[in-house]
Amino acid sequence: MTLLDTEAAAGTDPAPSRRGGAWRRLLADRSALAALVLVGLLALAALAAPLLTALEGQDPTTFHSRLLDSARGGVPRGALGGISGDHWLGVEPGTGRDVFARVVHGARVSLGVALAATVLELVIGIAIGLAAGLGGRRLDAVLGRVIEIAIAFPSLLLALALMAIVPQSVPRPVLVALAITAVNWGNIARVTRAQAMSLRSREYVDAARLAGARPLRIALREILPGLATPLMVLAALKVPNNIVNEAGLSFLGAGVRPPTPSWGQMLSTSTTWFQTDPAYVIIPGGLLLVTLLAFSLFADGVRRALDPRSVRV
Amino acid sequence: MIWFLTRRVLATVAVLLVMSAIVYGLFYLMPGDPAVLACGKRCGPEQLDVTRHKLGLDQAVHLQYWHFLEGLVAGRDYSSGPDVDHCAAPCLGYSFQSDQPVTSLLLDRLPVSASLTLGALLLALVAGVGAGMLSALRRGTLVERLITGVTLLGFSTPVFLIGLVLLLVFCAWLKVLPFPSYVPLTRNPAEWARNLVLPWCALALIEAALFARVARAGTLETLAEDHVRTFRAYGVSERQVVRRHALRGALAPVATLTAVELATIIVSAMLTESMFGLPGIGKLAVESTTSVDLPVIVGVTLLSGTAVVIANAAADLLHAAIDPRVKLA
Repeated sequence: MTLLDTEAAAGTDPAPSRRGGAWRRLLADRSALAALVLVGLLALAALAAPLLTALEGQDPTTFHSRLLDSARGGVPRGALGGISGDHWLGVEPGTGRDVFARVVHGARVSLGVALAATVLELVIGIAIGLAAGLGGRRLDAVLGRVIEIAIAFPSLLLALALMAIVPQSVPRPVLVALAITAVNWGNIARVTRAQAMSLRSREYVDAARLAGARPLRIALREILPGLATPLMVLAALKVPNNIVNEAGLSFLGAGVRPPTPSWGQMLSTSTTWFQTDPAYVIIPGGLLLVTLLAFSLFADGVRRALDPRSVRV
Repeated sequence: MIWFLTRRVLATVAVLLVMSAIVYGLFYLMPGDPAVLACGKRCGPEQLDVTRHKLGLDQAVHLQYWHFLEGLVAGRDYSSGPDVDHCAAPCLGYSFQSDQPVTSLLLDRLPVSASLTLGALLLALVAGVGAGMLSALRRGTLVERLITGVTLLGFSTPVFLIGLVLLLVFCAWLKVLPFPSYVPLTRNPAEWARNLVLPWCALALIEAALFARVARAGTLETLAEDHVRTFRAYGVSERQVVRRHALRGALAPVATLTAVELATIIVSAMLTESMFGLPGIGKLAVESTTSVDLPVIVGVTLLSGTAVVIANAAADLLHAAIDPRVKLA
C-alpha cells in the first residue's frame, strides 16, 4: 500500500469494513481464540462466584480450624493443601478458609478492578490526550509535560502512597481501581495525543472544520474514530497490566481489606507458608499466571488482527 | 551542543520542581491533619499546637512548600521553644514513626537497593541481550520459540510470583539457597551474593524479557542493513559480523531502554524487596505507607521520581552522543 492509498483510505473512512475483517482475523487466530475462550471462562467464573461456591457448599470467610494440623503450625491436614470433595482446592493454612471459594471470589476483585481501571484510564487518557493534541500550543505545552511526568513516575509507588492517604470510608475495590487509574492513564494520553496531532491536519478534518463543526464535535466525531485501532490494542494490553497492578497492591497490603479475598493477598500470605504448604503458592499463583497469559495472548491477537502488517517480534 | 545541554538541564530542573510540588502538595494537603499523624494518637491539643508550629504547619501552604525546598537545598531548623533541631541539607524532615531524619533513613537503605538493582540489571543485560541475539540469529528454530516463550512469561508475570516460584524450587525443595536476608557486601562478599541470588534472578527475569525483545529487534535490523550485506559479500566471516555489528545493533537500544524503564525497575525492585524481606528503600516505602509516615512517603517518592527524571535526561544525552544522526537542536 503506498502512502497515497493510505491517505485515500483514511479520507473515505473504510473503518467499518476493516474492523469486520479484523474480527474475522481474530477468530481465525488459534492462539487468540484459545485465549479468548479462557478469558471468557474466567469472567464467567468470576460472575458466577457465589453460585460456584454454593455448589461446592463453602464460602470464602468461614474458618475451618479442625482441618488444620496444629502440631505443624497450622498447615492443612491431608495432601496438596487439604484438597478433598468438600474443599476442591484445599484450605488456607493458618485459617482453614476454603481456597476454591477465595480464589473465585478473588477473581471478581482482580478482573473487576482491572476492567474498571482500564475503562477509567481510557476515559481520562483520551480526554487529556485529545485536549493536548487539539487544544493548541499553549495547552499542549502544559498537558504534554503533565503526561510526561505521569508516564515517568514509578506508578505502583504512587498508587501505594495514594492508598495510604485517601479517606478510608470509600469501598476498598473502588479505591484500588481509582488509585490504579490515577497513576496509569499516561500512556493512553500519549498515544491519543500523538494520533490526534497526526489526524488533525487531514483533509476530512479540514472539511468538517470548514463546514462549521465545533471543536468538540471534531474531536469526538472526526478524530476519535481514527484512534480506535491503536486504542483498542492498548486497552487490550492494559487489562493484564492492571491485573498485575491490583495483585501488586494487594501483595503489598494496600489492596482490598482482609476478609475480602484477592489473589495478590493470597500470594502475600503464601510467602510465609511456601516451605510447609506449597499448594497454597501454586494454586493462586498458577491461576494468576494463566489469567495473565490468556489476557496477554488475547491482546497480542487483537494487535495482529487489527494491524496485520505489524509482525513485530 | 552547549545550548542543547543547558536546555535539557533546565527542562529537567523544571520537571523536578513541578514533581516536587505535586508530591509535596498531594501528601500535605490531603484530608487528615499531618500534625496528628506526627504527634501520635495520644497527643493533647496543646502538644498538637506545638508540633504544628514546630513543623511549620501553621503557615500558608506556599510558605510550607518554600521551606521544604529550602530544607532540601540548604537544610532547615525545627524549633519548639528552647531546643532547636538542625536538619542538614538535603533535609526531607523527620520520620513521624522513628523521629529519624528521612535523609539518613534513605541513605541507610540505599546499599541494599543498590546491591539488588545493579546486580539484577547486570544479570538481565547479559541474559537478555544474549537471548535476544540468539533468537535473532537462530530464527525459525526451537531455540527461538523457547526464548520467545520465556520472554512472554517474563513479560506477563509479576515479579513476586517469579520470586515465590524460585523460593519454592531452590529454597524449599532443592534446599540449595537460603531464604534471602541481607548481608552487607563489606562484611562477607560470598554470603552477600549467596543471599541475593534469588532476588537477583527474580528481578532480572522481568527485565531480561524486555531487553531480549529490543536486542532481538536491534540485531535483526542491523543484520538487514546494507553495510552488513557488503561485509558479507566481501567474505567477512559470520563470526566477525555478529561480534562487530550485530552486538552493537543489539546494545544500542538497550542502553536507552534501561533509563526509560527505570520507573518499572524501581517498582519491580520494591516488590522484590517486600517479597524477600530485604531492608531496602522499596521496603521502607511500603512500611511508611502502612503507617502513613508522610515525610518518608514524600522522601521515597521524590527520590524515585528524581532518579527517573535524571536517568531519562541522561539517556537523551547518551543517545545523542552515541548516535550522530540525532539532532542536537
